[in-house]
Amino acid sequence: MKSLAELQAIKDKMKGSIGLREEDKNCKRIVVGMATCGIAAGARPVLNAFAKEVADRDLTHQVMVSQTGCIGICQYEPVVEVFVPGEPKVTYVKMTAEKAARVVEEHIIGGNIVHEYTIGANAK
Amino acid sequence: MFRSQVLICGGTGCTSSGSDQLIHSFESELAKNDLQDEVKIVRTGCFGLCALGPIVIIYPEGSFYSRVEVTDVPEIVSEHLLKGRPVERLLYDETVTDNGVISLNDTNFYKKQHRVALRNCGVINPENIDEYIAMDGYKALGICLTEKTPQEVIDIIKASGLRGRGGAGFPTGVKWQLTAQNHADQKYVACNADEGDPGAFMDRSVLEGDPHTILEAMAIAAYATGANHGFIYVRAEYPIAVKRLQIAIDQAREYGLLGKDIFGTGFDFDIELRLGAGAFVCGEETALMRSVEGQRGEPRPRPPFPAQKGIFEKPTLLNNVETYANITQIILNGPEWFASMGTEKSKGTKVFALGGKINNTGLVEVPMGTTLREIIEEIGGGIPGGKKFKAAQTGGPSGGCIPAEHFDIPIDYDNLISIGSMMGSGGMIVMDEDTCMVDIAKFFLEFTVEESCGKCTPCRVGTKRLLEMLTKITKGQATLEDLDKIEELCHYIKENALCGLGQTAPNPVLATLHYFRDEYVAHIVDKKCPAGVCKALLTYSIDPDKCKGCTLCARVCPAGAITGTVKLPHEIDPHKCLKCGACIEKCKFGAISIQ
Repeated sequence: MKSLAELQAIKDKMKGSIGLREEDKNCKRIVVGMATCGIAAGARPVLNAFAKEVADRDLTHQVMVSQTGCIGICQYEPVVEVFVPGEPKVTYVKMTAEKAARVVEEHIIGGNIVHEYTIGANAK
Repeated sequence: MFRSQVLICGGTGCTSSGSDQLIHSFESELAKNDLQDEVKIVRTGCFGLCALGPIVIIYPEGSFYSRVEVTDVPEIVSEHLLKGRPVERLLYDETVTDNGVISLNDTNFYKKQHRVALRNCGVINPENIDEYIAMDGYKALGICLTEKTPQEVIDIIKASGLRGRGGAGFPTGVKWQLTAQNHADQKYVACNADEGDPGAFMDRSVLEGDPHTILEAMAIAAYATGANHGFIYVRAEYPIAVKRLQIAIDQAREYGLLGKDIFGTGFDFDIELRLGAGAFVCGEETALMRSVEGQRGEPRPRPPFPAQKGIFEKPTLLNNVETYANITQIILNGPEWFASMGTEKSKGTKVFALGGKINNTGLVEVPMGTTLREIIEEIGGGIPGGKKFKAAQTGGPSGGCIPAEHFDIPIDYDNLISIGSMMGSGGMIVMDEDTCMVDIAKFFLEFTVEESCGKCTPCRVGTKRLLEMLTKITKGQATLEDLDKIEELCHYIKENALCGLGQTAPNPVLATLHYFRDEYVAHIVDKKCPAGVCKALLTYSIDPDKCKGCTLCARVCPAGAITGTVKLPHEIDPHKCLKCGACIEKCKFGAISIQ
């Protein structure tokens, strides 16, 4: 170890891993429906995609990615709910790993809901 | 990339209640569900709530599972980790409220705690240096080496008001200064990890949960005092701590955080482990240093103090584990931050090992000045079975007791001394109304008699004679004169013993005698043990009005002391009775009583 910069590099590398263990009640939450219906419709790649996006963008200390059970709209699975403190819940439906990346980019970081993926746009 | 992490406590408490098997079980269940690339298992140090072990915490939710068994693992994996439904029946019940699951930090056990020394325990994997670095590890060392002079480092420690956590409370900064002032071709820093008090496990938990913080702090101390070699004297009875320390030392060497030219500053420092063979006296500084040298662990008179002539006759800085555990935080957050916690003369926090008659047995860290009531009633969850608090024993065999009348005293070094106890290293044993204070004093004295090294007469002979007199009391053979003799002998030993072991050995006797003299008198004059502990003073008898003559007691008595005819009241022969209590347990009519 020759410098503080070297130390900082190791710290940055570990951030995603350690950040997961911080508890912050005001963080944004991405909740993926992982009941039997969700898993059958492909919720696991979606969940992992969210986890990866959040880690890659160094957001683990601000955003929590977790799972939940069936919320009763099985035909729309995989369903993902996004909770931003102080704002109404947003429900995304028929999610994929690719869509997950866009939700993180536009909604979580940019603050703009991706309307075309929401249940409102899909429930006809 | 892992989306979820399972933290499993790998401290001694949880390991002995089976956390190793849990880890294996989690590994195989995750593989079965093909989750091994999504969920990471982390073996951490102690979370503190040992009474509820083995403990498992799952992030990102922060779900706190207590008393997890191997048979619960498939359910946790398939329900929580796969489907995201926490297994409520296994969650620590205090976290489950009417308003849903609350954070662990909001529970009674954790909310009043302030973790400085224990900050990484139960948070990081102690066998992974990268995780320590992620929590700002080795940054304090880097700052000291590259930005501060040794004197500046000493001044920071002085300004923080940190005092030695081993028990005596000597100002740490002053100790560093004294060592730095002595010029020599070779100096040493040493860490006292010979935690030997019955009921104390603070240092063990720090070593097991966060070994790198000790290495880093020792390196800082070495830089400040001008040493380049360190020794950690740790008990061989702490195998997990020894193993993790060695792993930590190896990792630090690999990263160049120990060894030559650290941070490119030309500063060299390395650490060696020395294992103690389990002698309590080796926790005394002069005896410890002898033992490090490979000699018999016996104390010697001071002066010269270790700062002048220590290990191999060279100036040596010796600090306790918990003292070192505070150092990096003081450097990183500043002395003002540290001094803002605590009381006027006792700054910072203190770790206590809570044990005895208390619901939440475990490890707690609170700011100095927290009252005994807060520790026992709020954090400790009170006394089991609704029993009444009688006293708390602090400082182990060197300390005294805090009786109920001082329940609201703010705990710090000086307050404890003013009421005849001492901080000690932080063992806190809670006693309820069923504890006999004479018996407790006798217990600790038995320990010191056993552990006395025998070098000086006041300790070797004095404690032995003291124990004999206490034994007489518990057998109902003492007179009130003995009580005076005990007091006189206590003071004599305190004044004349060579080292701390002997000088403090009478403390448990003096403190109990001061606060619970009536109990001593009851043993001597009335030949009664009010708490019903001292067997020689108990008499078992059967109430003929309540006894139905069911013969159950007579059949269970191992001494054949109970006789009687079926359906007629039975009797106990006091000469044969062993006072084992088996008959009381069996009697369905509450006919047997103890006086």
